[in-house]
Amino acid sequence: MRGFFISRMVQLVVTMFIVSVVVFFILRLSGDPILVVAPDFFSEEQIEQMRKFWGFDRPIGEQYLNFVTKAITGNFGTSYLAKRPAMELVFERLGYSWMLAAAAAAIGLTIAVPLGILSALKRNSFIDLIITSLSSLGTAMPSFWLGLMLIIVFSVHLGLLPVFGAQEPKALILPSATLGVGMAARLSRMTRSAMLEVLNQDYVRTARSKGLMQKTVIIRHALRNALIPIVTVFGLQLGWLLGGSVVVESVFSWPGLGRLMIDSISVRDNTVVQAGLLFFALSFILINYAIDVIYIILDPRIKFQ
Amino acid sequence: MTVDKPRDQQANNFAIAAMPPRRSAPLQVLSILFKSPVGVAGSLIVSVVVLLAIFGPLVSPHDPLNRNIRSRFKPPGFVDPSGNVYSLGNDQLGRDILSRIIAGSRVSVLVGVVSVLISGTIGVIYGLISGFIGGILDSVLMRIVDGLLSIPFIILVIAISGVVGAGLSTLILILGFTGWITYARVIRGEVLKVREMDYVMAAYALGQSRLKVMFLHILPNVVASAIVLAAVQVGVTILAESSLSFLGLGVKPPTVTWGLMLSDGRQYINSAWWMTLYPGIAITITVLGVVFLGDWLRDFLDPNVRGRA
Repeated sequence: MRGFFISRMVQLVVTMFIVSVVVFFILRLSGDPILVVAPDFFSEEQIEQMRKFWGFDRPIGEQYLNFVTKAITGNFGTSYLAKRPAMELVFERLGYSWMLAAAAAAIGLTIAVPLGILSALKRNSFIDLIITSLSSLGTAMPSFWLGLMLIIVFSVHLGLLPVFGAQEPKALILPSATLGVGMAARLSRMTRSAMLEVLNQDYVRTARSKGLMQKTVIIRHALRNALIPIVTVFGLQLGWLLGGSVVVESVFSWPGLGRLMIDSISVRDNTVVQAGLLFFALSFILINYAIDVIYIILDPRIKFQ
Repeated sequence: MTVDKPRDQQANNFAIAAMPPRRSAPLQVLSILFKSPVGVAGSLIVSVVVLLAIFGPLVSPHDPLNRNIRSRFKPPGFVDPSGNVYSLGNDQLGRDILSRIIAGSRVSVLVGVVSVLISGTIGVIYGLISGFIGGILDSVLMRIVDGLLSIPFIILVIAISGVVGAGLSTLILILGFTGWITYARVIRGEVLKVREMDYVMAAYALGQSRLKVMFLHILPNVVASAIVLAAVQVGVTILAESSLSFLGLGVKPPTVTWGLMLSDGRQYINSAWWMTLYPGIAITITVLGVVFLGDWLRDFLDPNVRGRA
C-alpha cells in the first residue's frame, strides 16, 4: 500500500516536471517574451531595463530553474495586467471551473450509464440504433455550437435561462448541460461496449441460470464489472471535459479557469497562462490518480502495485 | 510467400479471408464497403465534403465574400429584387451563408488532412522508435508522452496558438506538431506486440539489420492501427480548428471557416439564428462522416472483427 503511493508520487513528480518544461518553453516560442509585452514607444534602454526586471536577461536554463523553484512554492509571478499574483487569480476561478466540471460530469454519467446499459441489453434493436446514433451525433458536434443552440432555444426564444455570467444558480444549467451532453455521448458508447463484453461472461450466465432476477443480474453482476472500463473512459474523457470547458466557458462568459486563460492569452499575460496550464495538468493528473484508487475499490483483484 | 515481404503476406491474407477471387484490390475494398451502411454513409459524406472543398467555386451559388448592405441579416429563403435566391440566409454583411459554408469546407479539409499527415508521421516514427528500441529510451520517451497527455489537447493548442499567433498555415503546423502524442502511445503498444512475432524472428535469422526489420517488417504491420487513429484524429482536428477560429485564435478573416462563421453568429445570436445554426450543422455532418468512415475502417482492418460482421 505504501509502495503504491510512493511510486505514484514519483510518477506525479516526473510528469509534473515534463509539464513544467513544456509550459515554460511554450511561452518562449514567440521569441523574445519582452518584445511581446513592451509598449511600442519604449526605447531600447527601457526594454533592456524591463528585461532585467523580469529576469529575461539570464541564460535560459537559469530562467527555467528560477521558474520551477518559485512555482513549487506556489509563486508563479505577478500578472502583467492585474498586477496581482497569478496564483491568486487562478484560485479565484478554480472553484467555478470545478463546479462546472462536476455538474457536467454528473449530467454525463446520469445520462450515459442507463442509456449505455439499455443499448447493450437491447443490442441491434431499434432503441439501440437510436441511442448509438445519438451518441455518434453528440461526439461529432462541437460543444460550443451546442451551447450556442441552447442559448438560442432557452434564452433567446423561451427566455427561461440567463445567457451568461454566474450571478445566479440558474446560470449553471446551460453550460453544464452543454458539456454534460457531450460527455454523455462519449460515455454511453463505452458503457454499451463494456456491458456487451460483460454480458457474455460465464458468471453472468451462471447468475441467470441460478434464476436470479434480470435486475439483480444486471446491477450486481454485470454493471459492477462493467464499471471498471467505464471509469477508465471517464478518466480519459476528463481531458475532453477540461478542454471543452475552456471553450464553453467563453461562450457563456462563465468565470472559470478556462476563460481566465483565454482572456490572458489574448492580452499575453503569460504568468497567468503558465499558472493556468499547470493547474489544468495538475487537476487532470490528480483526478486520474483518484480513479486508480477507485479501481481498487471496484475490483478486489487489482492490488496496490 | 517469403518472409521478407510482409506486405504481400498481408495482402494475401486479406484476399483469403473475405474477398471473392479475381478482382482488383480497389474493387474488392469497394464491394466490402457497400455492405456496411455506416461505411457507405461515411464515405458518401466525406467524398461530398472533399469534392466541395476542391470544386466549391464551381457550384457555389454566390461569391462567399460578396457584401451587400441591403440584404444584411436576411433569413433563409430570401429572394432579392433581381431574383437571386439565398437559401440559407445572409450574414451581418449580406454575404450568402450557403456559399460561405461551401467555401469553409476548404479550410476544414485542408487542416484535417495536412495536420493529420504531419502528426501521424511524427507519432508513428516516435512510437516505432520507442517500442522497437525499448529500454531506458522507451521509458524516457513514454514519460514525455505522459507529461504531454496530461495537458488536454485543446488547451495545449490554445496556449501555443495564443503565443505563436494565428493564421491558416501556422494553425496547421501547430495542430500537426501537437497531435502526434495520441499516436505515439498506441503505435508503441502495437510495436511491442509485433516485435515478438515469428516473422520478425525469421527476418533476424535471415541476417537482416535492425533498421531493415524496423522499417520493412514492423512498420507495415502497425500501419493499420495508425490509419484508424488518423481517421479519428481528422475529426478531432476539424473540431479543434473550429474551436480555435471561434475563439479568434485560429484562422483570420477574410479566409472563410466554419468556426469564424459561428463566431460571427454568436454576436447576432439574438436576432439571426441562421448564422449559428447552419455552419454548426456543416461541422457536425463532416465530423460524423469522418467518424463513420473511421469506424468502418477499424472493422475492415481488424481481421477478427471482419470475419464476424
